Amino acid sequence: MSRNFILWGAFATLFAATAVFAGGALEGAIEKQPLNIAAIVMFLLFVAATLGITYWAAQRTKTAKDFYTAGGGITGLQNGLAISGDYMSAASFLGISALVYKSGYDGLIYSIGFLVGWPVILFLIAERLRNLGKYTFADVASYRLAQTPIRTLSAFGALATVILYLIAQMVGAGQLIQLLFGLPYWMAVVIVGILMILYVTFGGMLATTWVQIIKAVLLLSGATFIALGALYYFDFSFEKMFTEAINISDGGEAIMSPGGLVNNWFDAISLGIALMFGTAGLPHILMRFFTVADAKEARKSVFYATGFIGYFYILTFIIGFGAIVLISKNPQYLTAEGGLLGGNNMAALHLSHAIGGNIFLGFISAVAFATILAVVSGLTLAGASAVSHDLYASVIKRGQVNEAQEMKISKIATVVLGIIAITLGIVFEKQNIAFMVGLAFAIAASANFPVLFLSMYWSKLTTRGAFIGGFLGLTTAIVLVIIGPTVWVAILGNAEPIFGSKYPALISVTVAFVGIWFFSIIDNSQRAQTDRAAFEAQNVRCQTGIGAEGAVMH
Amino acid sequence: MQQELVDKIKNNPKYHELVSKRSRFAWILSIIMLVIYYAFIMVIAFSPQTLAMKISEASVITIGIPIGILIIISAFMLTGIYVWRANGEFDNLTKQIKEGLK
Repeated sequence: MSRNFILWGAFATLFAATAVFAGGALEGAIEKQPLNIAAIVMFLLFVAATLGITYWAAQRTKTAKDFYTAGGGITGLQNGLAISGDYMSAASFLGISALVYKSGYDGLIYSIGFLVGWPVILFLIAERLRNLGKYTFADVASYRLAQTPIRTLSAFGALATVILYLIAQMVGAGQLIQLLFGLPYWMAVVIVGILMILYVTFGGMLATTWVQIIKAVLLLSGATFIALGALYYFDFSFEKMFTEAINISDGGEAIMSPGGLVNNWFDAISLGIALMFGTAGLPHILMRFFTVADAKEARKSVFYATGFIGYFYILTFIIGFGAIVLISKNPQYLTAEGGLLGGNNMAALHLSHAIGGNIFLGFISAVAFATILAVVSGLTLAGASAVSHDLYASVIKRGQVNEAQEMKISKIATVVLGIIAITLGIVFEKQNIAFMVGLAFAIAASANFPVLFLSMYWSKLTTRGAFIGGFLGLTTAIVLVIIGPTVWVAILGNAEPIFGSKYPALISVTVAFVGIWFFSIIDNSQRAQTDRAAFEAQNVRCQTGIGAEGAVMH
Repeated sequence: MQQELVDKIKNNPKYHELVSKRSRFAWILSIIMLVIYYAFIMVIAFSPQTLAMKISEASVITIGIPIGILIIISAFMLTGIYVWRANGEFDNLTKQIKEGLK
């Protein structure tokens, strides 16, 4: 392990102050780890820095525009980093490296699906979204449609996505802390919940954005170090890495090619649609487009984000293969039954220990914890905005609301969402986090995206069509997941699923689009005339950005 | 937005040039991305053994791996191509349209 020592040395210098704590933890332990002081110190540094930022941001968060969009003054590069910070969740860092660790090539298929939505978002929706929107994606979806039904639908789509995603992050946080910091599961979930409530209520979008930027930089550099460390072990030869992985893995050569993840055309297409359109329907991601000044900065954001996210996925692939060789047969990281200590989601973290010892493990643990914090903050802000801006200000108060009142509601909503996230995080302790994210994507793809997309592109869209079609998409996605293998069999314990695929998006997205189309074209109401007539003016603003700044034009 | 303003913009030939050039470009790039991705996904669904072929006799690396990495790189390249043209040509057209209103 001389190589490990060199890297370890490099990190010991970096974190000289904490090196003294680098005792031999994690050796032959079975369950919860002893308190990892290095990890805790580094995590506390992160928390102190982000709370400082929150204090700074709180001074600058006066108006609703500050709260929801950081005043609209974030640059393209900053926003690109923040988008990647939002998107590179613990589920993708731990989940995808775990998937590569377990199934090899299949992990790459998943990563690619998560990435290819980004260019399409750039080409088809990013600039339009910036030109039309104000605070939430429902602003765009309901731009020329009746506010009450469309805002309500979009807000529920947003909340469903946010809560599912939040549960996944919370569960990830709890498992992580339990294993790494030696703190109980529930305590970790509570800490994450309280911190995110603090960031969002006091610092709004400005604090959330900077938490995400810092986290993105930490995660990208941390993952780079793990991947380089793994490659160093193989003398920077991919050939050597793959050969050793094949030799050591139970899967043998099968890990080098597509396996069981997608084994029929339906699953393949359906997963692709969920990932691609789902990304374009995630409320916390869409909200980020309103934090930049104009369409130009919006498009630059996506360019940078695509680069960072793509690079990150290449790293997770290397990390997964590195873990196969370095930890899958190392008794130090295995349970008595031969499984990975703490489950497969811990593959990347065990690898960081194998490469850089306890200090590096501490650093990566702190980064992973920071990752979760950043993502949950973005989610909570998006969820709170759906409640305060869409449901409260636009639906309940019909736009007759003062800013102070609206901000008060959004802060209350943040606290409530935080409490919900903590509770559900504890309830769902034993769930698979990657699957929860999958369900969030299915809903985003089937309810949020079709309405948003057609509102910008299709002049004949009507309120009734959007509402019924979007509602059908939402219901179909939820029902198909419930009667599918992941809930009907795995959770409810039935022998056979009613719907045979884990990926409902192909059906539910089709249902949404066809539903919206059908109920729009047969709609001859007065409202439908208004909806269609308003397309022309909307499209001019959408294309040129004229009217996008300054006074609200709706 | 007032109807006169909308009409004024719509009567500007630059507006039509912007809309048609940009939407055509955006759709072409989207279709390229979708074709690349779904071709990959279809190969996985119908002929996974294709991706299991080795890149050479002596290597254990399957062609699926460089192809996967190339798809990731192509996504980044496509966004770069779009941003490059939009920052120049499309933003110029938009600027001219805005100036035409003064």
